[in-house]
Amino acid sequence: MTRDEVRAVVLRALGEIAPEADLSAIKPDVGFRDQLDLDSMDVLNFIVAVHAALGIEVPESDYPKLATLESAVEYLMARGGG
Amino acid sequence: MPILTADMSAGTIVEWRKKPGDAVKRGEIVALVETDKGLIDVEIFASGVIETILVEPGATVPTGTVLAVIREEPGAAPTPAAPAAIPVPVAPPVVLAPPSEAKAAPGRLKISPLARKLAAELGIDPATVRGTGPGGAIRREDIEQAAAGAAAAAPAAPRTALDRQARLRQTIGAAMARSKREIPHYYLATTIDLHPAMTWLTGENLERPVGDRLLYGVLLIKAVALALREVPELNAVWRGGEVVPGQAIHVGVAVSLRSGGLVAPALHDADRQGLGDLMRSFRDLVRRARAGGLRSSELSDPTITVTSLGEQGVETVFPIIYPPQVAIVGFGKVVERPWSVGGQIVSRPVITATLAADHRVSDGHRGGRFLAAVDRLLQEPGRL
Repeated sequence: MTRDEVRAVVLRALGEIAPEADLSAIKPDVGFRDQLDLDSMDVLNFIVAVHAALGIEVPESDYPKLATLESAVEYLMARGGG
Repeated sequence: MPILTADMSAGTIVEWRKKPGDAVKRGEIVALVETDKGLIDVEIFASGVIETILVEPGATVPTGTVLAVIREEPGAAPTPAAPAAIPVPVAPPVVLAPPSEAKAAPGRLKISPLARKLAAELGIDPATVRGTGPGGAIRREDIEQAAAGAAAAAPAAPRTALDRQARLRQTIGAAMARSKREIPHYYLATTIDLHPAMTWLTGENLERPVGDRLLYGVLLIKAVALALREVPELNAVWRGGEVVPGQAIHVGVAVSLRSGGLVAPALHDADRQGLGDLMRSFRDLVRRARAGGLRSSELSDPTITVTSLGEQGVETVFPIIYPPQVAIVGFGKVVERPWSVGGQIVSRPVITATLAADHRVSDGHRGGRFLAAVDRLLQEPGRL
């Protein structure tokens, strides 16, 4: 997958959790938990959605590495998403 | 129109999922209703055949209005496919008798002087009001609810998202004002060492597939549910001037809605579900609370509520009891604090648990026992 495709997967997962959000306005280097007002259930659903789309199992200890759009794409590319 | 929450006064039929002549089984969804809490799937609480539909889609009617008539099949018994233990809602959405029988009984009305005076002031005919007091007596609250329902049933412009938000806020405000006015709250708090629970959870989640991982919140809910077995007087509702013990432990969980406001649907039989099942139920409940698709029994059944504001950075929650329940449990943020263990000061993740309970039903001694039980249960998370 290209970087753009991984990014699209991440945005699609976020869009399912926060359908009211304007995903084009997400700041790539700011935590989306704050930007989108996500709670721990949302974060778990995000991880599940990413796993379903890319087959990457993210351990709990790595959740902080997926805190921003930029870091999530980096992490998932490094884990084989690319 | 069923009363799904204590503060609900009216609802709008969005669509019928059944038509006259259709056979229905207890527990089946028969209609989609819009309330201030969102779109709710209304379940049927009897088996039979839909005879007549009395309220058409688009109509807003007060709670208590007969929506449809169902003919009970002679000798009909719940089929094995029907849910075995669905509790009866506050008010059923349909009647098993002709509509005329649903009206208030003829003869001398049982009504308190205050309710009669209020009815006159508000222009409500007491004969059209169903009393919820002893022996069906009409109380002030019944008149207030009838008046609110009549106002809600008046023709109105289509609701916008802002309208819905404003109405939801109004609904929450009315319930909380009633709670503060009528329920003599007492508050207790305790700080709980979560080190055993968090350590256990980390190990447990390493073994679980992504989709089956647990959140620590589900441990808290399960601990509350099990503690209620030890202090059952907190698992109850207050109706008609007396406490009605819960027949099962249905924990309402406060879920914030993305458009603002909150709803607190029930996790049914929370004490009897394993952690994996409880987590799946919890995830599904939160998803449906936010996306739509809650069932009527989930709104009407909670026997206690659990609310957590820890993720908002709050350390201690001082919750308000949601009528007709008699207790609510609050959890704050998990914070690292110095903690004495075997005479040594160590850093431990701790959480503050609070209990707000109704002094008409329990006292601080029993409330304290309850919080102590929650603490004790969380020290052995593998047994939850």
